[in-house]
Amino acid sequence: MRKIFLNIALASIVFLGSCKKDNFDAPESDFSGRLLYQGQQIHVRHAGFGAELWQKGFGKFGVINVNFNQEGMFSSKLFDGNYKFTVSNSQVPFLWPKNAAGRPDSLDVNLSGDKVMDLEVRPYFMLRSPVITYSAGAVNATCSVEKIITDANGRDLERVTLYVNNTQFVDDQSTNNKAKQDLSGAAISNPANLTMSVAMPTFSPVQNYAFARIGIKISGIENMVFSPVVKLTF
Amino acid sequence: MKKYIIATGILAMLTLGQACKKDSDFLEKQPTDNLSVASVWKDKNLVLTLVGDLYDRYPDYQNIEAWWDFTNFDEAFASAGGDYFRHQNTEYNYDSWNYWDYGFMREINLFIKRGGESTNLLAKEDTDRFLAEARFVRAGVYFELVKRMGGVPLLLEPLTYDYSGDPTPLRVARSKESEMYDFIIKEMEEIKVLLPDNNADPSRASKGAALALESRAALYAGSIAKYGAATPEVSLPGGEVGIPASMANGYYQIALRAAEEIITGGKYSLYKKNTNLQENFAALFIDKANPEVIFVKDYKLKTKKAHGFTIDNQPRSIAEEAQGGRLNPSLNLVQSFEMLDNSFAPLASVSGSNPIYYTNLTDIFAGRDARLGGTVILPGTQFKGKNIDIWAGYQLASGAIVTGTNFAEIKTNVLPGNTGAVQVVGGDGPLDGVEFSAQSGFYVRKFLDPAAGSGQIGTRSEVRWIRYRFAEVYLNAAEAAFELNNTAKAAGYLKEVRDRAGLTTALTAGQITFDRIVHERRVELAFEGHQLWDMKRWRLAHKVWNGTANTAADFTTATNIGSSEKVNTMVFGLWPYKYYAPGDPNDGKYLFKVVKPSRVTAAHRFRMGNYYSQFNQDILNGNPLIIRNPNQ
Repeated sequence: MRKIFLNIALASIVFLGSCKKDNFDAPESDFSGRLLYQGQQIHVRHAGFGAELWQKGFGKFGVINVNFNQEGMFSSKLFDGNYKFTVSNSQVPFLWPKNAAGRPDSLDVNLSGDKVMDLEVRPYFMLRSPVITYSAGAVNATCSVEKIITDANGRDLERVTLYVNNTQFVDDQSTNNKAKQDLSGAAISNPANLTMSVAMPTFSPVQNYAFARIGIKISGIENMVFSPVVKLTF
Repeated sequence: MKKYIIATGILAMLTLGQACKKDSDFLEKQPTDNLSVASVWKDKNLVLTLVGDLYDRYPDYQNIEAWWDFTNFDEAFASAGGDYFRHQNTEYNYDSWNYWDYGFMREINLFIKRGGESTNLLAKEDTDRFLAEARFVRAGVYFELVKRMGGVPLLLEPLTYDYSGDPTPLRVARSKESEMYDFIIKEMEEIKVLLPDNNADPSRASKGAALALESRAALYAGSIAKYGAATPEVSLPGGEVGIPASMANGYYQIALRAAEEIITGGKYSLYKKNTNLQENFAALFIDKANPEVIFVKDYKLKTKKAHGFTIDNQPRSIAEEAQGGRLNPSLNLVQSFEMLDNSFAPLASVSGSNPIYYTNLTDIFAGRDARLGGTVILPGTQFKGKNIDIWAGYQLASGAIVTGTNFAEIKTNVLPGNTGAVQVVGGDGPLDGVEFSAQSGFYVRKFLDPAAGSGQIGTRSEVRWIRYRFAEVYLNAAEAAFELNNTAKAAGYLKEVRDRAGLTTALTAGQITFDRIVHERRVELAFEGHQLWDMKRWRLAHKVWNGTANTAADFTTATNIGSSEKVNTMVFGLWPYKYYAPGDPNDGKYLFKVVKPSRVTAAHRFRMGNYYSQFNQDILNGNPLIIRNPNQ
């Protein structure tokens, strides 16, 4: 009997003792934000590119990558501290300021507790007033495209595409795109009034809803600008 | 008493006399378990072992010791349980195929330095040859680095740390991409006269190997300069990545000159021992008495230096182990082998919506480039003198398919009017999702060893990995001549290679286009580790792997097979079925279906940031002078 008691005591010393020092606190501060242009959210491809967070003072550098989601939002749980914030130097559909060396410039972020930091950026193009509807076996869309950057940094419109997908992750890279319609940039005469229409595809297995959105491909830039995802029920 | 005195005296002499040896003799005892630098450089054979070690570490990305890397770019399907992911990720990581082996570089530089310091101990021609070989390997490593990373620190001396606490003097910035190629070209020009001008031992550097490396490097530099102009975002302001377009012609001229120096040197010729052109092309990679090879990695049975390429990839039905069949060439590659009249055509599986019936399995492949049968094991052919058994099942008149889920499965009473037991699927598959089966409908033949025992784990294979061969030199010359607007010369060099493939109607000078050049390299050099670098230097990679899914129409009714920009993002296969309809004239014939193996779920996308691989953060932390590659 006494032996059992001793064993239990020993076990509690061993197991409870390890609860103390070698367990660290988890990061607790939420850091989040959105990509905005004049207050309007810029929608992009899910995990197409990301933000980078760097922190000094811990020996070697290592990056914390934070991807943007479909709505152009990012969020990350972090320890409090001072960070440098930048977007990855991949091909993003907006102009991010560069430093003298031609690298993306960075912002200082001081984190103590939760923080929301919206990013006001200048996209090459904005998609305005997108409307996507379903009627009589077809997906119809209208929108207008506004060229934001018109100076020497501006780029051409390569195409505008309507995607129809059976999942809510709708973008140019999805292999679940069941239908799409392209309007090539060269063929667009009036970017203020674009209409697209594509037959609603059949899904297997059958489902009575689909997701659609419109994307703008900017020439020479891999990541597109999108409209919000619309769920169509039929 | 006297006895004791004598004994003590002897003892004292032994003890003290021993101590009369000089201290320095005792302290400078030669170690018996390793050799000093000075003693190595006295003996030619010892130096040769060092050079052998350098050759052994010569880098390759895709080679026959790593079959899986051949499947990354849709030239083949990876028919092995742990490798399906290669067809299920859309994007390539930015750090894919990166390379940074400055430990090896330091050892090469040490070898060159020490060899240079002890020249008086060996015959001069021996030292010269050894040092030239080390410089050849060093240029090969820098070539590999610049292909993958762009310009890198060009270190030609072993760096030594002085323990001062300040590592700054060891930091070297990246060179320009053009400087890397200039260095390689200059080195090859210098060492070509020091190396033997023959192909007696293609596993060591020769004059031909130096020129072949020079020709390939100059061609890469030329095309990066020319085609890089179309992708200005793939460059850095300091020139670490990207070469100005104005330098293109100079590099093409060097590439042509180096290639022609090999051609006119007359030491090499195309392998033409067998009049059966398919067998001849397959034997080119097996036969060790071969006038075509220039530089190889050699292997030898009964040593540690044997490889398992044949074990991994032998046809499953005739395998010598219960495995094989991993590397399945894709229909994408197979259909790109052109017809004997120089035209491109998809494999005729359907006419409109009706299947086309063939009496023999091989009929659908008839009239094509002989390199097809030499590169790929087709259904209905043989390997090691045994029949390959690739067919996916029975197609009934009703449209129903009778097939199985195991290799060569036998089922009873499954065919209408036949209650007996019949085999319903081939011994090699194709079985969807079953590893080792020919899931694309094909097996690889190039580098597959026909020797008995080559498929056994206890024996393995000694087929060589060919890094440079004479046919590529012709293609280099043809491409360089084409880019220099000398299409007549390009047509002449292409003809040499195409004649051997049975394409005897020569292309005229007017028919030589960029698409032709791209196509010829793809089919001649498939599975030889060229595809990725070629696509990168032509800046075609982001167009060919653009993330757009391939569809069956890209294979059944393709009209752009010869196009250099044809999208090639997903592996497709071609499965043969036996038609079962007693009484029907087509009964017993074969029909073919274009299929996408179910394990292929994503369309590959090559991003701008993939053109030059990402530096690991460790490298950047260690040397702040290294600037990062663009678009990542």
